[in-house]
Amino acid sequence: MSQTTSLVKSSIGQKLLMALTGLFLCTFLLEHLIGNLLLFINDGGVIYDAYGEFLSGNIVIRTVEIGLFLGFLAHIAYGTTLWLRNKRKRPTPYEQNNPSANSTLASRIAFVSGSIVFIFLVIHLKTFFTPLRFDATHPSAYRLVTDAFQSPWYVGFYLFALFLLGYHLRHGFQSAFQTLGWLQSRYKKLIMFFGFIFWFIIPLGYAIIPIYFLWSHMTGGY
Amino acid sequence: MSSSMKITLKVWRQAEKNARGRLMTYSVPDVSPDMSFLEMLDMVNNTLVRKGEDAIAFDHDCREGICGTCSLYINGRAHGPLKGVATCQLHMRSFSDGDTIVVEPWRASPFPVIKDLVVDRSSFDRIMQAGGYVSVRTGGVPDANAIPIPKAVADEAFDAAACIGCGACVAACKNSSAMLFVSAKVSQLALLPQGNAERRQRAERMVAQMDAEGFGSCSNTYACEAECPKEISVSNIARLNREFIRAKVL
Ligand code: HEM
Ligand code: SF4
Ligand code: FES
Repeated sequence: MSQTTSLVKSSIGQKLLMALTGLFLCTFLLEHLIGNLLLFINDGGVIYDAYGEFLSGNIVIRTVEIGLFLGFLAHIAYGTTLWLRNKRKRPTPYEQNNPSANSTLASRIAFVSGSIVFIFLVIHLKTFFTPLRFDATHPSAYRLVTDAFQSPWYVGFYLFALFLLGYHLRHGFQSAFQTLGWLQSRYKKLIMFFGFIFWFIIPLGYAIIPIYFLWSHMTGGY
Repeated sequence: MSSSMKITLKVWRQAEKNARGRLMTYSVPDVSPDMSFLEMLDMVNNTLVRKGEDAIAFDHDCREGICGTCSLYINGRAHGPLKGVATCQLHMRSFSDGDTIVVEPWRASPFPVIKDLVVDRSSFDRIMQAGGYVSVRTGGVPDANAIPIPKAVADEAFDAAACIGCGACVAACKNSSAMLFVSAKVSQLALLPQGNAERRQRAERMVAQMDAEGFGSCSNTYACEAECPKEISVSNIARLNREFIRAKVL
């Protein structure tokens, strides 16, 4: 028996792709948060709008953007394929099953948390990305943000999605390093520390933005 | 302890591979807390045979936790409620008088049910045949210290070698992934000099066979480690990932 498979067709290779695209998306999360902290500069959005202009005008950013779209596409496509295939591996379900005795909920519902993050992404892109990129009127990015976050429903949905993003990464970040084969090493503590930043601090950082603008609106600021 | 317990059993009965199965209920009086779970099933079977009914088929051999033949998904857990224990070492004192116990076979498409609680685990054998060996004779046991191996490495290899191939990892995994089993078998050889030479082909072939048998892909829920009767560590899965990626990429 000398049968082997190619890396991309093998189960481990496909998981590797999930891990690499997932970590790539994490780097975007960090960059995107830092950029959006410019919203907190108290200048009526001058610097933030300039940052927005810079992003949509820059050729490097436009190229990275394509990479980002492909990254999302690959992550979602493979995630969905693996999930569907794995489900078919147990055609007769257990009559009684107690998975909470052996695994965390976050690890078992990564597909669900990821899918809701995906729905969020579509809405998010429609609110901010499409008008900024494609509207001939060149709206102010700052105005778009302050307008959108006047609605408690919209803010509520954001907070829910961010919670699930954190939940996705609570499992996903360390899982990616396990897939790469690096988790169970002397670096485990370091990986878990960065994991904490990604699943807790970063989603929290994002959450402050809609809360801040809703608060400002309700207290008569905007 | 001589106080006897009364147990209600719900057991998966299925006449043969392609038959429809279902849970059947048996009322079992006079269960001693000192009986092992399998002895309790023996007792039920004696009663069934005496009544002229078909005995419940279940796998077992050593009954001391070393052969990997016993299985059973008991009350929603592979090998029952205890940690680091195979079904054959589970005793009725882990249950209470009046309990209802649900007993099912391992569920995974690469482990088809043959009869009742017995599943066909020959997919594991084929994975072993694909590369779970050292292909030349490495001689007898070498003199102590003839081949220096750091204690920590020897311990890790030995821990991996404790895998008894029972399949609980697959049964407990929501993806029916066999990564814990395969990683233990790859690790026990890759860590030691005799197995080192063939580590590349071994990882490639065993993973290819694992995929071909139709096991799911690991999503790192770590349910396998929690349910493994030999407490095989998921650090072996990380090692298998490294071995495989190295074999493919470098
Ligand atoms: C900013 C957004 C996202 C980030 C940063 C992210 C990150 C990650 C990371 C790091 C992993 C771990 C990879 C591994 O286990 O090797 C992962 C797994 C996964 N992600 Fe995402 N993800 C995101 C969005 C999504 C979306 C939109 C989906 C849509 C379906 C999704 C579905 C999945 C699935 C199914 C897995 C596999 C989970 C498992 O191991 O069971 N993710 N993600
Ligand atoms: S890894 Fe554990 S659960 Fe899996 S086959 Fe080996 S002993 Fe059984
Ligand atoms: S019967 Fe041998 S391990 Fe249980």
